[in-house]
Amino acid sequence: MSAISVRGLRKSYGPLHAVSGIDFEVQPGEVFGLLGPNGAGKTTTVEILEGYRKRDAGEVEVLGVDPARAGGAWRDRIGVVLQSSAMYQTLSVTEHLRLFAGYYSKPRPVDEVVELVGLGEKRDEVVRRLSGGQRRRLDLGLALVGDPELIFLDEPTTGFDPHARRQAWETLRSLRNLGKTIVLTTHYLDEAEQLADRVAVLREGEIVAAGPPSELSGAVRATEIRYRENGREVVLETDQPTRVLNELTSKALAENRELEGLVVTRPTLEDVYLDLTGKESE
Amino acid sequence: MRLFRHELKGELLLYVRSRELAFFTFLFPIILFVLLGSSYGNDRIKSEGNVRGANFLEAGMIGYGAVSIAFAGLAIVLVIRRESGVLKRLRATPLPAPAYIAALLSSFLAAFAVEVLAIILLGRVLFDIGAPHRIGSLVLILLLGAVSFAGLGIGLTALIRSAEGASAVVNAIYLPVSFIAGAFFSQHSFPEFIRWIAAVLPLTYFLRVVRGVMLHGNEIWAYPGSLAIIAAWGVLGVVLAIRGFRWEPVEG
Repeated sequence: MSAISVRGLRKSYGPLHAVSGIDFEVQPGEVFGLLGPNGAGKTTTVEILEGYRKRDAGEVEVLGVDPARAGGAWRDRIGVVLQSSAMYQTLSVTEHLRLFAGYYSKPRPVDEVVELVGLGEKRDEVVRRLSGGQRRRLDLGLALVGDPELIFLDEPTTGFDPHARRQAWETLRSLRNLGKTIVLTTHYLDEAEQLADRVAVLREGEIVAAGPPSELSGAVRATEIRYRENGREVVLETDQPTRVLNELTSKALAENRELEGLVVTRPTLEDVYLDLTGKESE
Repeated sequence: MRLFRHELKGELLLYVRSRELAFFTFLFPIILFVLLGSSYGNDRIKSEGNVRGANFLEAGMIGYGAVSIAFAGLAIVLVIRRESGVLKRLRATPLPAPAYIAALLSSFLAAFAVEVLAIILLGRVLFDIGAPHRIGSLVLILLLGAVSFAGLGIGLTALIRSAEGASAVVNAIYLPVSFIAGAFFSQHSFPEFIRWIAAVLPLTYFLRVVRGVMLHGNEIWAYPGSLAIIAAWGVLGVVLAIRGFRWEPVEG
């Protein structure tokens, strides 16, 4: 059975169609990425799955339950990191984790969570004195302390410096290794590429592409081959790069000629994403 | 019940840690008691049945403490937690809303209980006020008042739209109310229009019963009308709270 199943989901705020009819499934143990620019409907979608918002239409099941009617037993099995970290300024890292651990039926040991999110040295520091990145990690810890089966992460690394992002990615990978199902939203392509088994690209409330990041980049755009001939740049786009390249190089070899500046590029997810979301690249 | 007890422990820790809150809502009534008591504690107040100023003020400061902690403090804390997103965060956990509200309320009632004990102890040490009689009646009226004020405080949060506005709105209500209701000085010297306003305020009736119990040794059953008015205000607060309570920040 799917961990999450969404069919024909719609949600409007007045005249604005935040989500206009989307379908997707997330399998247990999978890391699923909702990718898209700001305002594409990622947070609305996730907050419907988390039970915060009512949908206008469609069917939604999360861990076999309709989130709009879910209760404490269901919340016991999910962990949530919202887009902005909110916590008590005056409690320390471990006090926070102990308080939240008490809400769940089978919490993880607090010390284990402290290590998992890399706050060992800050364990007795109050939130007021933590940096933004450290708060975000504590926020993740609060979502993990109940040992949930399913974790929602709404833009988990927005505002992080590159080093902190790498660290966060490591933490999220270790969650996947624990067998957790993870739904994450992001507008960072590299994040989706690094972490997600499958992504759905959202644009103006619709899913414009879905699949594993690697297939997604192959499916939409052809491989590009560039080289210079007589000082002019030649660009070939092909779905059969092996054959085209073989022909090109055989011909050049036969003519004892060098293909100057030869470059073969597979389109990155970024190219695909920019194509799909209608933004100009470079 | 387990969740209630767990959350209550957390809330008590949070209360003790919150220094600004502790100062303005908890210490302020005690400080005013000492200051005002030093100024008119030994005078006799003729209009109030010739009671000693200190005794009159002690009951007044207990009333002021009740609105300060149960109404003002609770409302400010709730708005700040709502606007900062803490309430939204808690909604994602299995902690049931009734257990959360009950624990939060209980932590503020506990703070008020400590406040009352501190005021009574100070009254005894500084102003030589005897231990209160009618303990049962006193506990009942304090509980009714504090719960009513808390209900009004929670109801008020529905009308406050930002964390920045919380203290301003709350202070603009409970400070004048405390004055008009006669927490600091006898109402008998107030102009008539202020007494009209006072006649609808729940704190006026709360103070009437507290003083009746503490200064005149009456039981609370001697004040059915006052009790009804206090309870009615509390119910109004709860209705407002049920209709307008939000877990999420007010957007835009």
